[in-house]
Amino acid sequence: MASEETIPIIVEFTGGLEMLFSGERKHRLSVPAKDSKGDAVTVGWLVDYLCDEAMKDNRKEMFVLDGHVRPGILVLINDADWELEGEASYALQPNDNILFVSTLHGG
Amino acid sequence: MDKATSSAEILRSQIAATEEELGRLKEQLAAVEAKEAEDLNRLSMQEKPGLVTQGNWPLELEEYKRYGRQMIVPNVGIQGQLRLKAASLLIVGAGGLGCPAAAYIAGAGVGTIGIVDGDIVETSNLHRQILHSTAKVGMKKVESAIEFLASLNPNVRFIAHNEHLSPQNAKEIVENYDVVLDCTDHPTSRYLISDICVLLHKPLISASALRTDGQLIVLNSPPLPHGDPSGGPCYRCVFPKPPPAESVVSCGDGGILGPVVGIMGVLQALEAIKLIAAGKLTAREGEKAGEASMLLFSANSNPPFRSVRLRARRQKCFACSKEGGLTLESLSSGSLDYVLFCGVTTPVKILEPQERIEAREYERVLNGGKGKDHLLVDVREKVQFDICSIEGSVNVPFSTLQGNRALAADEKPLWIPQTLPTNAPIYLVCRLGNDSQIVVRKLKEIGLDKDGRYIGDIKDGLKEWKKQVDSSWPEY
Repeated sequence: MASEETIPIIVEFTGGLEMLFSGERKHRLSVPAKDSKGDAVTVGWLVDYLCDEAMKDNRKEMFVLDGHVRPGILVLINDADWELEGEASYALQPNDNILFVSTLHGG
Repeated sequence: MDKATSSAEILRSQIAATEEELGRLKEQLAAVEAKEAEDLNRLSMQEKPGLVTQGNWPLELEEYKRYGRQMIVPNVGIQGQLRLKAASLLIVGAGGLGCPAAAYIAGAGVGTIGIVDGDIVETSNLHRQILHSTAKVGMKKVESAIEFLASLNPNVRFIAHNEHLSPQNAKEIVENYDVVLDCTDHPTSRYLISDICVLLHKPLISASALRTDGQLIVLNSPPLPHGDPSGGPCYRCVFPKPPPAESVVSCGDGGILGPVVGIMGVLQALEAIKLIAAGKLTAREGEKAGEASMLLFSANSNPPFRSVRLRARRQKCFACSKEGGLTLESLSSGSLDYVLFCGVTTPVKILEPQERIEAREYERVLNGGKGKDHLLVDVREKVQFDICSIEGSVNVPFSTLQGNRALAADEKPLWIPQTLPTNAPIYLVCRLGNDSQIVVRKLKEIGLDKDGRYIGDIKDGLKEWKKQVDSSWPEY
């Protein structure tokens, strides 16, 4: 039984990733607090959600590759590398800021 | 009358006597002055107790003037300045990052500066690569850079490495320096530079930029041996896997604002000066890495700067962990193929020869009286189309064709004019002839060619249009 409860979060894209999301860098989202199984939603869930719902571009492989965020993208949870926070299993909290940064190589 | 004459005589003789006296006084003064100067000279030659001579100061007098403004900043001081003078720093890449970085580092008085680059100066470099100039187009970048820097600060020793860094020359070049700046523009060089810095225990200051964004990370600082978790993370700790080659966008393709890459290069110089002046080129006894961070710059964000926390050394990092397996031998022997590791984009080759026409053939279509019966679609981004376009072409940017609903089967796209006959050919064109092929394929997939319509692209794009048809085309 999915609850109606939602949590507000901010999702941001930089380093060119914003082009996959209607050219918008900052997205204020309201996501369900629980997934279809009734578990708290995680960053891993968010990645799928963004891919399925928010992305207007067909080039999914520029964001997710082989079921993971593609190499060359850093995921930051409240300005910290998600590896410091439990990676995809991190449970989203209200007002979290999730930043996806594509590494740049130009110089 | 007689009286007047005699008083004039008297005055004349008085003037003559006074002039004679004046001449004598001048001679005396000159003699005194000469003696004074001689005495002064003799005095200054003597070692006088209580006065310190030039040789006892650690810097040349000119250097006190030159670096005075930075030496009186508490973070630098005389100690910091002496450390800068004793330091040697390697800049890999004399481009948009390397130029501003080098200018400030040379200005600050770093004693030895090496610059690695195998490229020559091009006109398209000049809006951001500030050491080069119009007159230096065609010159080796390293030589152009050193010419500028040597005139800025002749106290610095410059070392030219007129070649690209490679696994074969990396050790030989990097081992002579204390700290390295990665000012290159591709993942292959970024992994190579990080690896050699880990192996040779050099701190690495890495930056990158594209369009209006930049990124800066200080890596391998403190530069402790591999396997020591107290050392700073390396590039592979942060990015263990390279990005897919097709996701890597160069400044030539994506564009770059001069001040954006300039800011990042200047920040590299700042980090280098901080590191050297603070005496942090090597790890101190028991030193542990502080929290690693990455500085993000976005010209269009508010605030434009944002610092994010990165992870520490990765326990199983290929380069800096104990079990990693990276060695100087494996790197130098070329057994690590960085190009293979990062992948290469080969030019798109998905169309059959009959699906492509030469630029000169299209020119015949355009001017051969059949002009009305076809459509030329230019798939470059609008910002490029606005710079220049072939007369009569319509712009449908490649990115807009990526949307979920942009191209649906059996649905005529809105950008095809109502008046265009259903069998009229559609030609696709782009800058170099890659994207245009992909679009040809897509248009056929949705059945736009079902009424016997020809759909093809102009081979090698607008680059060939300039070569074969219109030499006045403004190539950008």
